[in-house]
Amino acid sequence: MLKVEHLDLYYGAIHALHDICFEVEQGEIVTLIGANGAGKTSILHAISGLLPYRNGLVTFAGCPITKMPPHKLVGMGLVHVPEGRRVFARMSVMENLDMGAFTSRSKEDQARTLEKVFEHFPRLKERRRQAAGTLSGGEQQMLAMGRALMSKPKLLMMDEPSMGLSPLLVQEIFAITREINREGVTVLLVEQNAHMALSIANRGYVLETGRIIKEGAAGDLLRDEDVKKAYLGT
Amino acid sequence: MLLFLNQLINGLHVGAIYALIALGYTMVYGIVRLINFAHGDILMVGAYTAVVLITMLHLPVLLVIILVLLVCVLFGVLIERVAYKPLRNSPRISSLITAIGVSMLLQNIALLVFTPTPKPYPISLSLPALQIGTLSIGSITVLTILVSAALMIVLQLFVSTTRAGKAMRAVSEDFDAAQLMGINVNNTISLTFAIGCALAGIGSLLYGLAYPSVSPTLGALPGLKAFIAAVLGGIGIIPGAMLGGLIMGLAESLTKAYISSQLSDAVVYGILIVVLLFKPSGLLGRGTREKV
Ligand SMILES: Nc1ncnc2c1ncn2[C@@H]1O[C@H](COP(=O)(O)OP(=O)(O)OP(=O)(O)O)[C@@H](O)[C@H]1O
Ligand SMILES: [Mg+2]
Repeated sequence: MLKVEHLDLYYGAIHALHDICFEVEQGEIVTLIGANGAGKTSILHAISGLLPYRNGLVTFAGCPITKMPPHKLVGMGLVHVPEGRRVFARMSVMENLDMGAFTSRSKEDQARTLEKVFEHFPRLKERRRQAAGTLSGGEQQMLAMGRALMSKPKLLMMDEPSMGLSPLLVQEIFAITREINREGVTVLLVEQNAHMALSIANRGYVLETGRIIKEGAAGDLLRDEDVKKAYLGT
Repeated sequence: MLLFLNQLINGLHVGAIYALIALGYTMVYGIVRLINFAHGDILMVGAYTAVVLITMLHLPVLLVIILVLLVCVLFGVLIERVAYKPLRNSPRISSLITAIGVSMLLQNIALLVFTPTPKPYPISLSLPALQIGTLSIGSITVLTILVSAALMIVLQLFVSTTRAGKAMRAVSEDFDAAQLMGINVNNTISLTFAIGCALAGIGSLLYGLAYPSVSPTLGALPGLKAFIAAVLGGIGIIPGAMLGGLIMGLAESLTKAYISSQLSDAVVYGILIVVLLFKPSGLLGRGTREKV
């Protein structure tokens, strides 16, 4: 469904991503794990068109999306939940969700999707009139995900949803991610929390200083000695 | 008492015009973090457009009003596309200097085409004044206050309820996140310049009625005052521009009446300095950033 081939990205003279190749199949949860500064966010930004890259080919649902402006991807079903939630702080929860549905033209469709989102995140329904900036970190993550779901994504790319959340909330967020996946949304999950990410993913890629150094089934990576030492703390 | 009421109304009159112009500064700043120093000159563009269309082409006033708005909008959108958009990812000082450059360019083109000799503003309004007891309010004043108030209400409704208005707020809060929602930021930015310049176009009509002399630097002073009004109210915040404009207008006219007409500008700048000392983000500005 998503295919990234030979991606090279530079920040000025800094070569931040080296020959990145990976693939996400329909229905999967695929995780990209790596330490701080490994280049996880850069990969997602390149795919979304927020960052220009020097070489590489990105294909989504059979369509080349290299150089496509970010706003066009949402309509195609490729949706990015950015690092640090990035909710619109001064807008209400409801307005944030409306922005998520920006590309959808049918009111009925929106209402139905909204019901679904509130089923996943009942907390958002209670707080729908509140300014998003006053939500807790966990609630903001829920809003960021709910907002992304409002556009009915085919592929959801999430950048470190666990960042700054309590272990309990991380579990909740990951459980919901799995539910969303079961309902047919393919997921590309970027995480530093390798253990949690690998425990819900089908497959994973390990990223180190801008290179993919390992890939495999999530279960295998969980048992891999190098991965254990570097990312699982055991 | 009558003098005071008269000055109050004069202040509202001037303040309403400042507010209309200040809205353009503040909306543009809110969305691209740029002080568009050429914004005041849109007033001049609007005024000369009226001069050309009426004194040279003799078009009917209603048509001229519409064309003035169109020309102002066109200038605003073109300036953004040609001068500011290529610099969107450059250091902010570059676009600031460019904005000053655009302002000088517009003034000098006007100087070249229309010469420095002021031309009379060709539209006038000759309706009887509104009488309330012994208080008499000129028709231009009434018109200015009513039109400005209506526009501000419409603008407020637009940004708070419509799809395009909400997209504008989203882009001004978080450029990248807005794109990830599927919002076309280029169109949203153009729309912001268009609305700001349409308001400046209406401002030019109202300003021309009140001060019917058109020169190449016509926009400089009201532009500066409106910019100060926007900062005073909190740059980037729409109700702040309205409040700032009204305060500036009132301060100016009350100082002229009760203290000294030479001091009116000093008082205005004084108010700005005092407010910024105590609240650097402006009257309605948010002092602290929200939790992210
Ligand atoms: N705007 C930038 N300019 C220069 N270098 C950058 C920029 N953004 C990121 N980098 C560098 O690129 C590398 C990859 O950064 P990236 O943000 O993609 O890492 P990450 O894996 O997402 O890290 P984290 O887990 O901390 O979010 C880092 O070395 C970083 O310093
Ligand atoms: Mg990151």
